[in-house]
Amino acid sequence: MSIDEIKIGGLGASRRRVEDNRFIRGAGNYVDDITLPGMLHMEILRSPLAHARIKSIDVSAAWAVPGVRLVLTGEMMASRNLAWMPTLSYDTQAVLATDKVRFQGQEVACVVADDPYIAKDACEAIVVDYEPLPPIVNPTQAMASGAPVIRDDKVNQQDNVVFDWDVGDKDGTDRAFAEADVVSEIELHYPRSHPSPIETCGSIADFDRSTSKLTVYMTTQAPHIIRAAVAIVAELPEHMIRIVSPDLGGGFGNKVPVYPGYVASILASILLERPVKWIEDKSGNLISTGFGRDVYLRGQMAMRQDGRILGVRMHTDSDHGAFFSDAQPSKFKIGLMHSAFACYDIPTAHLTSRGYYTNKAPGGVAYRCSFRVTEAMFFQERMVQAAADDLGMDQAEFRRMNFVQDDDFPHRTAFGFLTDSGQYAKCLDIGLKAVGYDDFLKQKEEAKKRGRLLGIGISTMTEPLGAGNSREYDILGIKMFDSAELRVHMTGKAILRTGAKTQGQGHETTWAQIVAHELGIPAEDIVVEEGDTDTAPFGMGTYASRSTPVAGAAVAMVSRKIRAKARKIAAHLLEVSEEDVDWELGRFFVRSAPDLGVTIQECANAAYSNMPDGMEPGLENNAYYDPPNLTWPFACYIATVEVDPLTGVWDVLNMVAVDDCGVRINPMIVEGQIMGGLTEAYAMASMQFITFDNEGNCIGSNYMDYLLPTAWETPGFELHEVVTPCPHHPIGAKGIGECATVGGPAAFVNAVMDALKDTGVRNIDMPLLPDRVHEALTEQHDVSGAPPLRTDS
Amino acid sequence: MTSLFAEVTSAPSNDVPVRRVSLRINGESRTVDVEPRLLLAHLIRQGFKLTGTHTGCDTTNCGACTVLFDGSPVKSCTMLAVQADGHEVITVEGLAAPNELHAVQEGFKEEHGLQCGFCTPGMMLSATALLDENPDPTEDEIRWALSGNLCRCTGYQNIVKAVLWAAEKLRAQAPPNDADSAEGEAS
Repeated sequence: MSIDEIKIGGLGASRRRVEDNRFIRGAGNYVDDITLPGMLHMEILRSPLAHARIKSIDVSAAWAVPGVRLVLTGEMMASRNLAWMPTLSYDTQAVLATDKVRFQGQEVACVVADDPYIAKDACEAIVVDYEPLPPIVNPTQAMASGAPVIRDDKVNQQDNVVFDWDVGDKDGTDRAFAEADVVSEIELHYPRSHPSPIETCGSIADFDRSTSKLTVYMTTQAPHIIRAAVAIVAELPEHMIRIVSPDLGGGFGNKVPVYPGYVASILASILLERPVKWIEDKSGNLISTGFGRDVYLRGQMAMRQDGRILGVRMHTDSDHGAFFSDAQPSKFKIGLMHSAFACYDIPTAHLTSRGYYTNKAPGGVAYRCSFRVTEAMFFQERMVQAAADDLGMDQAEFRRMNFVQDDDFPHRTAFGFLTDSGQYAKCLDIGLKAVGYDDFLKQKEEAKKRGRLLGIGISTMTEPLGAGNSREYDILGIKMFDSAELRVHMTGKAILRTGAKTQGQGHETTWAQIVAHELGIPAEDIVVEEGDTDTAPFGMGTYASRSTPVAGAAVAMVSRKIRAKARKIAAHLLEVSEEDVDWELGRFFVRSAPDLGVTIQECANAAYSNMPDGMEPGLENNAYYDPPNLTWPFACYIATVEVDPLTGVWDVLNMVAVDDCGVRINPMIVEGQIMGGLTEAYAMASMQFITFDNEGNCIGSNYMDYLLPTAWETPGFELHEVVTPCPHHPIGAKGIGECATVGGPAAFVNAVMDALKDTGVRNIDMPLLPDRVHEALTEQHDVSGAPPLRTDS
Repeated sequence: MTSLFAEVTSAPSNDVPVRRVSLRINGESRTVDVEPRLLLAHLIRQGFKLTGTHTGCDTTNCGACTVLFDGSPVKSCTMLAVQADGHEVITVEGLAAPNELHAVQEGFKEEHGLQCGFCTPGMMLSATALLDENPDPTEDEIRWALSGNLCRCTGYQNIVKAVLWAAEKLRAQAPPNDADSAEGEAS
């Protein structure tokens, strides 16, 4: 009698994706696919220099190009008080440069024309007279005495320091180090990395003078935040702003911030009263939009001789580029960096952090990670391996003995987070067994005798996902909740809208599965919509793996509200009191007579045609979900590699991933997320290299130089699962989208470092390019990857 | 070709030269006048409104703009529209007849070979070209054939499975003893 939940596409079904039906036909609707009547095209002129004073801008030749409709400069923006805009981190950012350019690729002018070719031609006709200033490309240069002040636009800014911040227990940590038998140290640079979705950023602004309404189609992961930001920046009434985020060609954090191109296209549309489209080219995307990482990390671990960790010290110097526009909602200046070591039972810890301005594009985007968690976990797992090596302990055993135990949850970490649940040792054991740990160690010794270098790297980590709780997390004061609205039609079909915004994660498929689980309505009977602020309930968008923890929870909660009303209708239809009605998936029945029942579809029909006296008609509701805590998925990634001692090239022999993200809504999609994340981890560890030379030139500003792994280089992955339900999430789910990107890099790097252990080299900075590995092998010293780019001459 | 309405400009706006191009796209003959510098990708997207062909990188690296050019995969952002004169172009919209799906399209859905969908059309066209030549490819052959198409979401493992799925289905459909030229006409 009861419904098979898997058959209706409920929780746990590897349901094929609904959105694929349009994508496989080429019928997706990305921003650049939209053409509006009368639409014009905008291109941006960018600065060729990293740091220079603008002496003059001559746009007369650009105006003379046939087909040009508007040329925008900083001066024109300033006359409308739009030359600068606030960032998500309470700093300011230039929309179009007025006084100086502060990074290569900064937006200097815009041309709007009949087609993009004309607009590009006209950009080349603009003459800018620059007076070069000394560029700064790393924190060491930024803090040097006599360094030029990059942000001389800010009244009280005397130096290049963005912030100075600390967290944890300094005195307690000092005491732990005084008592330690062994102290290990490590120092490394987590390089700049660009999220680089294949689709670049873009927008179509369409201001309608007759209604005063502004519609903006744009590549954003957070349409409601953009609406709020546009209301504040452009001083337009919020109800007259409609942000539409159509299909997104990937996001990975790149499409969270507000970029100058969006703002300029909006102003152009308002001035011209025509739709204005701006589509960034790839170099523009790589050179100017939100970078991730760029943090110098150093620290120490205090241990007893038996391997117990007593305390940790960490220090970070972070390079934020010219504008502090970290897209992160926490009250913590360096994001969730202090989530480091959360899976280990460590009594005390202390973190100090300094942020710096440099002449680089704004950084600090959470590139497929939850606000600096990637750097935190990378440092953690590199530190743990170094400590195990210093102790002469087996690296797996060292982790196991320091893990938070299964019965010790909720667990307060040394930095004050509350982790919720996990089975850490179990995940590690599954991983070790899958990779054949003991056998591999023997193979490694055998291979060494024949001059071959094998290595194994482990990375185990838990990360805080699902910002936030509203006490600690907000953006521009807006709390980090999320929302869902469910309308059940009279035939039992439904439409669900949320404040999240899918960009490949498959929300159109999985949200319907949650409703199916809660209400027994087949998933195929539920359509899911997101991304249009005129129709979707207010939400904070999709990034930081927060959709399932927050919006997904809202979907469950709104379904339960619908079920509560349907129960009253069922009692009316069954002519019994509500207390006598029981629920099984898709059906209410009389407890004392289970054969007597009504389906959820019958209740839906009655909600419009036969409701009880006094009941409001209809079957729809919404839910706003403010999570009580972050969710804490755990993962164990183990890589084995072989390093070629002649060339420094390393190959992945095996990559095993054990992920515990709690209850899996759609296992197929979860595995897809993990494999995608592992690939980005491999990319960062092996080849994704974007840096800066002495002049502040961005090296790696196109795909010829910034190498994303192809199908040929990408290794295969072996996936395993453990399920520890999240105790505070309505369906027990935790975030997953970013775990592998966060935890994966340390597994690859630890594996290569393990292969090089006999050389005494403690660190090679990512990416582990063959020349760096070769240098470490032959010269037996650590290899830094920090900018400026080294040249051999 | 007729049109109900065409704007008559009083004078030529500038000296932009124009070249006439005739090509077959998805089985249909089209003749257009284009600027010599117009990229084929832009003719397909803006001229023919076939927006399934995406442009991702401008440097011939990402492969999102891949189309079949006389049956071979090419990156249409690196060809001029005028180079297509007299040639045959197939885009994702022409991969299967209306109301039908090519086995590669089915395979991508079945094996979760896509996430954001942006690279998918180019990826599927490269895969189709491979299977036209090699109906029974190994995993390595698939990875090599797709190495000109970047995907940022999937990690490729499921894309490889999708192509293997399609290969198996196409082999099962192919008439016996004629596996070498099994692919039928797209239109």
